[in-house]
Amino acid sequence: MTAMTEPVLTVDGLSVRIAGLHILQGVSFTVAPTGVTVLLGRNGVGKTTTLRAVVGLTPRNGEVRGTIRMGAQSLLARPTYRLVRGGLGYVPEDRCVFAGLTVAENLRLAERRGITPAYDQVFALFPELERRARQRAGSLSGGQQQMLAIGRVLLNDNRLLLVDEPTKGLAPKVVTEVTEVLERVAESVPVLLVEQNLAVVRRLAKDAVVLAAGQVAWTGDAHELLLETALTRSLLGVGTGESHRGPEQAVAPGKDGH
Amino acid sequence: MSTVILLALTGLGLAALYFLVASGLSLVFGLADVLNFAHGLFLGVGAYATWWAAGNLPGAGPDGFGFVLAVAFGVAAGTLVAILVELVLIRPLYSRTIEQVLVTVGLSLAGVALLQATWGADARPFPRPEWTRGVTGILGAQVPNGGLLLIIAAALVLGALLAFLQWTRYGLVIRAGVENREMVTALGIDVRKAFTLVFAIGGAAAALAGALGGVYFGTVSPGQGSSLLIFAFIVVVIGGMGSVLGSAYAAVAVGLLQQFVNYYGTSGLGDICVVGLLAAVLLLRPQGIAGKVATA
Repeated sequence: MTAMTEPVLTVDGLSVRIAGLHILQGVSFTVAPTGVTVLLGRNGVGKTTTLRAVVGLTPRNGEVRGTIRMGAQSLLARPTYRLVRGGLGYVPEDRCVFAGLTVAENLRLAERRGITPAYDQVFALFPELERRARQRAGSLSGGQQQMLAIGRVLLNDNRLLLVDEPTKGLAPKVVTEVTEVLERVAESVPVLLVEQNLAVVRRLAKDAVVLAAGQVAWTGDAHELLLETALTRSLLGVGTGESHRGPEQAVAPGKDGH
Repeated sequence: MSTVILLALTGLGLAALYFLVASGLSLVFGLADVLNFAHGLFLGVGAYATWWAAGNLPGAGPDGFGFVLAVAFGVAAGTLVAILVELVLIRPLYSRTIEQVLVTVGLSLAGVALLQATWGADARPFPRPEWTRGVTGILGAQVPNGGLLLIIAAALVLGALLAFLQWTRYGLVIRAGVENREMVTALGIDVRKAFTLVFAIGGAAAALAGALGGVYFGTVSPGQGSSLLIFAFIVVVIGGMGSVLGSAYAAVAVGLLQQFVNYYGTSGLGDICVVGLLAAVLLLRPQGIAGKVATA
C-alpha cells in the first residue's frame, strides 16, 4: 500500500477473545505514516476492540494474540500509560471527558512532567476551550466535549492518533467542524480513525481497512472503496449516497450536539 | 435543651470517628474499586501503636507533646501497614474482586487474631492526656473533651483532604480516576501510584481514628476496628462511593441518628434505624448522597 515509507503501525494476526467470544480472528493491516487511515465495518465487527487492543485497553477477561508494532517497537503487553507516553494518542468513543472536572482540569490532567504542553496549538484549534476553561466538562455540548477530548490529546506530541467515532451523535454543523479539525490535525500526525459517517470518511480518509466477521475484508484506497457502491454496501451495510445525493444526506442526524 | 446539645455533640463525636474510617474506605473504593475489609485493621494498628508508643517510645507519653508524638507514631504505623497491604496483597489482584474480598476479609481476621495473640483479647486502658477525661460546658451541656477532640480532628482531616483533592496534581488524578480510571491511564498517567496513595491516606485517617477513638472510649481492644468498620461501610454507601464530602454528610447523619434514637428509644434501636436509613438511601438514591464525585 505505502510502497516508499514504513508504516507507523503494523498489526499482524491480531486475535482478541473477550469472555470466550472471538471478537477478532487474525486481523492484519498497516497504518501509513501520513494522513488518515479509516477502519470501517458494520456495527459490532470489532473496530473499537481493535483500537483498544492497540492502546492496551483490552479488559482483564480478554485475551490478545498476534503482534502490534509502532515502528520497530512491540506494543503488546506494555501498560497503557507507557504506550500513551510513547506517543500514542487515544480519543475514545463517547469522548470520555471527566464530567465532574473543569475544562482546564481536564486539560491539565494530560500535562506531563518535563514536557511543555502545547496550549497555544490546542487553543488555536479550539478557542472555545480557552473561553470555557472554568466550566465543568459535563456541562459542555457534545461537540465541545469532542473538542476537549481531542484537545487534551494534542497537548503532547503524538506519533499516531487513534480516534474512535468522533462525530457520533453530533449535529451536522458540528460534524463539519470536527471533521475540519481532524483534517488539520492529520496534516502533522497520522490518524487511525473509526468512523461510520461516510461523508466524513470521504473527506478525511486516504486509506481504508474494512473489517467483517472478525477479519480484514478489504484494504486499499479509501476513495476507490467509496466509489464501488455495491462493495461498500455489502461490506458496510450502507449506501454511499447513490449518485445524486450529496454527502450532506449521508451525515447522520445529530441528537445532542450543536 | 442541654440533653439535646449533649446528644448532638456526642453524636458528632461518633460521626467524626465514622468519617475518619469511611473517608479512606470511600476513596479506595471509588478509585481502585477495592472493597477493603482490612480497613479496620489499619484502625487497630493505629490504636495499638499509639498505646505501645505512649508506654515504650522514648519521648512519647500519655500527656502533652509526648501524647502528640505517640499519636503520630500510631498514624505512621497505620499508614505503613496500609501501604504494605496495597503493594503486597492488593496490587497483584486488581480487577479480581472475589479474590480481593477474600484476601482483605482474611487479613482483617488474621490482624485481629495477631493483636489478640500479642496483647490479649481484653480491652486495655488507653493512655490519654488528663484533660481529655474532663468535660467542657457548652450551652449548659457537659460534653466530654475526648469527643470534642475527635470532632476537631475530623474537621481538620476533612479540610485537608478536600484541599489536597482540589489543589494538588495527585488530587486531580484521584478525582479523575474516581470518575473514569481507564481514561486516566489513557492520558499517560500511571494510576497505580494514586492507588498506593489513597491506601496511605486511608490508612493514616483510620489509624488516627484508632488513636483518638482510644482516647474517647478510654480503652483499646483488638476487635474495635471491625465493629466500627460495619458502620463505616454503611456511611460509605449512604455518602456515595468515592466521595469524601458525601462520607462527611453521611457520617453526621448516621452518628446523630444513632445517638438520638438510642437515647430516646430503646437502646440498640439506633443501630437498626441506621440500617433502615441505609435501605432507604439504596432504594431512593442508589448512587448515595454525593454520587461518584470525589469532592462533591
